[in-house]
Amino acid sequence: MNPIYLFFHKTGSPPWFYKYSGKLIPWLWALFLALTIYGLYLGLFVAPADYQQGESVRIMYLHVPTAWMSMMIYGLMAIMGFIALVWRIRIMEVLVISSAPIGAAFTIIALITGSLWGRPTWGTYWVWDARLTSELVLLFLYFGVIALYNAFDEPRKAARAASLMSIVGAINLPIIYFSVEWWNTLHQGSSMGSDGPGIHPSMLLPLLLMATATKFYYGANLLTRARLCLLKQDHRKRWVQDLLSKESN
Amino acid sequence: MSRQATGTAFVALLRRDFLLAYRRRAELLQPLVFLLVVVTLFPLGVGPSPALLANIAPGVIWIAALLATVLSLDSLFRSDFEDGTLEQMVLSGQSLALIALARTVAHWLVAGLPIVLLSPLLAMWMNLPDEGLLILIESLAIGTPVLSLIGAIGGALTVSLKRGGQLLSLLVFPLYVPLLILATSAVSAAVVDLPYTGQLGLMTAGLIASLTLAPFATAAALKLSLS
Repeated sequence: MNPIYLFFHKTGSPPWFYKYSGKLIPWLWALFLALTIYGLYLGLFVAPADYQQGESVRIMYLHVPTAWMSMMIYGLMAIMGFIALVWRIRIMEVLVISSAPIGAAFTIIALITGSLWGRPTWGTYWVWDARLTSELVLLFLYFGVIALYNAFDEPRKAARAASLMSIVGAINLPIIYFSVEWWNTLHQGSSMGSDGPGIHPSMLLPLLLMATATKFYYGANLLTRARLCLLKQDHRKRWVQDLLSKESN
Repeated sequence: MSRQATGTAFVALLRRDFLLAYRRRAELLQPLVFLLVVVTLFPLGVGPSPALLANIAPGVIWIAALLATVLSLDSLFRSDFEDGTLEQMVLSGQSLALIALARTVAHWLVAGLPIVLLSPLLAMWMNLPDEGLLILIESLAIGTPVLSLIGAIGGALTVSLKRGGQLLSLLVFPLYVPLLILATSAVSAAVVDLPYTGQLGLMTAGLIASLTLAPFATAAALKLSLS
């Protein structure tokens, strides 16, 4: 068999996925913890306070990475959903629906940290500003995908419906973003402009560390959820039965 | 499939949908009455001050149109799904996207177009200045087909579920955000004599994009619901 095809076939097989993701997960958690501890230490203790925002600027080290993740995960869900629908790979369906709760959680964290930061800085917890509004709409899109998945009885059909919904949502997301931005904007521009970041390295380093750490968290959490989902879906199949008898011995 | 057969199928579907709609006139009126009631509630809720009503008129009318559309979307594919017509349509060999498009066009003509026709009355109730009236009608004429096209995806996704209606609104309202923003800002701009063609142009772009893309998503969703 063609080696590429073989790799494709193997990764798509639940027992193979279960076995190797189990080996990967501890490393992902370890990397996440190490990077988070170091990143938070740098961000909360070493990095200087902002001359205008004071200490509240430190919320950024949590807010910005989670906001990035909330958008990245939705994009990934659309890509994985496309693969799941076109090639009917079950692992991808499982990955899409396992991503949704993590993405929703990141969105909620980004919204909460954002309002906590907005209170001292803008003088209000919530404004109908472009980025806040589009982040809120993104949260509703996540809720839609999760609710759609839960509404079906048959898990594979549910996952395919959720995949389709995430693709439709992802096509709309940039349109929503630009329309809301054009509607009302208060949020400051991105900290990472195209002509290089506009922030000092002492603040950039913890930000990048945290951004990397959240990605490892996503990986670890996603694989853990996907493994559980696979076990639930396949609980009558032989590989799960074999696994269970091995564990009980 | 020859081009002529495709065209015939499209027309035949449209005729069938009109006939069905005509036989169920009372069901069609419900979303429109709902639209009128929702708009009536606003002056009762926020007070009858003409200036205030004029200020919120574009938003209120558009939100009522969104709600009325979503209300009628739940039944878009439901009866065809329940009596097996949808399966026969899939088996017919015609492109499912075309079937979805015909169904959506029929939906707009019986549910969207009446909203456009009712809008002058709503504008009068909400005390919308005359400068905004024409733009309101234009924005609804461009926007309500998009509501039907995007909503059809949600309707097709939830058709096999027993309680699809609430889920449907959760799915499609976030997707309606850009349209709502563009339409209301076009009307508000027209009222204060500002240029509004940009908004209408973007809405038309949205109409073309959803006209060409949404039927395929609807077809995929229908196939999925039937599997």
